[in-house]
Amino acid sequence: MGVPIPTTPRLRSGPMRVLVLGYGNPGRRDDGLGPRLAEELSRMGLPGVDVDAAYQLQAEDAAAVADHDVVVFVDADVSCPDPFEMRPVLPAGEPRFSTHSLAPETVLSMAWKYLEAKPEAYVLAIRGEDFDGFGEGLSDRARRNLSAALGFIEKFLEERASSCEKAST
Amino acid sequence: MSTTTTRKVVIEPVTRVEGHGKVTILLDEAGQVERARLHIVEFRGFERFIQGRPFWEMPVAVQRLCGICPVSHHLAAAKAMDRIVGGENLTPTAEKMRRLMHYGQMFQSHSLHFFHLASPDLLFGFGADAAVRNVIAVAGNFPELGKQGIMMRKYGQEIIRMTAGKKIHGTGAIPGGINKNLSIAERDELLVDLDQMKIWARAAVKIARDYTVDNLEMALGFGSFESNHMSIVRADGAMDLYDGGLRAITADGDTIFDHVDNQAYSDYIAEEVKPWSYMKFPFIKSIGPEDGWYRVGPLARVNACDFIDTPEAEAARQEFMAVTGGRPNNVTLAYHWTRMIETLHSIEKIEELLHDPDLQGEDLVVKGERRNETVGIIEAPRGTLFHHYIVDDNDQVVMANLIVSTTSNNEPMNRAVEGVAKKYLSGREITEGLLNHVEVAIRAYDPCLSCATHALGQMPLVVDLVDASGALLNSRKRG
Repeated sequence: MGVPIPTTPRLRSGPMRVLVLGYGNPGRRDDGLGPRLAEELSRMGLPGVDVDAAYQLQAEDAAAVADHDVVVFVDADVSCPDPFEMRPVLPAGEPRFSTHSLAPETVLSMAWKYLEAKPEAYVLAIRGEDFDGFGEGLSDRARRNLSAALGFIEKFLEERASSCEKAST
Repeated sequence: MSTTTTRKVVIEPVTRVEGHGKVTILLDEAGQVERARLHIVEFRGFERFIQGRPFWEMPVAVQRLCGICPVSHHLAAAKAMDRIVGGENLTPTAEKMRRLMHYGQMFQSHSLHFFHLASPDLLFGFGADAAVRNVIAVAGNFPELGKQGIMMRKYGQEIIRMTAGKKIHGTGAIPGGINKNLSIAERDELLVDLDQMKIWARAAVKIARDYTVDNLEMALGFGSFESNHMSIVRADGAMDLYDGGLRAITADGDTIFDHVDNQAYSDYIAEEVKPWSYMKFPFIKSIGPEDGWYRVGPLARVNACDFIDTPEAEAARQEFMAVTGGRPNNVTLAYHWTRMIETLHSIEKIEELLHDPDLQGEDLVVKGERRNETVGIIEAPRGTLFHHYIVDDNDQVVMANLIVSTTSNNEPMNRAVEGVAKKYLSGREITEGLLNHVEVAIRAYDPCLSCATHALGQMPLVVDLVDASGALLNSRKRG
């Protein structure tokens, strides 16, 4: 689950700005994993880390993305390996506009094409299992996976901040 | 590809439309379109989800329905619960805060649809290659347009955040009022970008107007048909997106009913079930299911109202009505023009409200005589939204019935699909560009199938061509 940290130098001056954006519908059981991680992470109050939650990714998220150096999209996943998977993500050449909601690649593409920003970006996919019907609360499996993902993202963000500090000294 | 058997083309789900829908186009042996239908393939379950919950949770709980217009459900439920607590006569601060939230929602929703969902079709043509008919391609050819869409959407979302408390699961509207006012700092922050938003909204009206007028001949034949129209209107006949009595008119503009009390909606509107669709088909009772179906949404609202109470949107409305000599406009693609007129109206109302000191008032909640049955109706971005509840003496919701705008537009969307399919697909080799014509007709209504079916879903587009024996002749899939 180790994630290679890109070595591309940052162009923006000043402290590194990180955005963690969890998305999904908390009223659809494990689909709420993204917002739930955002909620937990927000409570930690990590310095330099902005945390936001949404039902789904939308056009205006491109503006938020463009305002940060590192972006982590957090979503529930129906098929990734337990407990989670983190992978780098790039602006997509071909957008996936299948619904009102956007894919992370499309949001990044919009930030790049419209707002001339290309932050380093990742998708943190957390494995869930219960996506049927309406209901609040996570399945036992999703709760376990959320806990593991939370520990991972906290460490990842600390390491990312540390590597940025070293690069700037 | 065989042309000697009956064939069925399935588009599943419709792209750039929320939720899970499927279009089935049945071709006869000669390759002519025999029938076309928009199917909804999800089950209904939301009413059961909220039964047994305390009534005061409704304004928050119903936002689970949809990630596209949670504010509409939030406000419709709050309006309904106002009556449960006897607080329907809101304080000026409460009503104006809710209106500000609602106009913010309307502004961002309409902007998103026009700039990012519809503009690729309008700018590049319905039949253009999908690889160049998308919002990223808009950036290459019309970069300012796409950027405006992002910033207008963001502005509306900021209004929602400031009035509802947060972007997701807002809590601003509560039974009998609102839980916060707008601070001076918040007001001033919104005023900074207001003029820019007005400029962009004006420009968007012009783009939509020019497109419709320049392509009127095509638009007249593109999934257009005569229909009834319904919306709520203010007591003086003005467009009112937040509150008013129900008005329905015929395709000629004759009144079917007017200023109907929201609580009596079920005396005028009924829902029909059809075996081939999970989504119901609402109709006007006095006319019956065969001819009593109606349109809702921007086109219906502009057609149904007597005037708009903001100057620039009213001027735009008059220009719109002049195209049809004052008669209701029944052109499906004219939804885009009316959607932008409402966007301009919304930003004008936002300006009016931001300069109103009532938004900083401290009197937020009223309560009165407790009731057990209630109806809340609001004009959501996609059309009239009904929330009907019965609450028992233990404060639990025991019955809920929701009629969402996409459900009201079910029959019109089906007619548009069939009309376009027959005109553009009959007797021709089915290409991706031709199939997109069908989707363009659906997208004009900006349906939210997630809301209509009470489910969220995101799947690739699958188009199957099946012969009469069920054998798959051709299949298309795209993200």
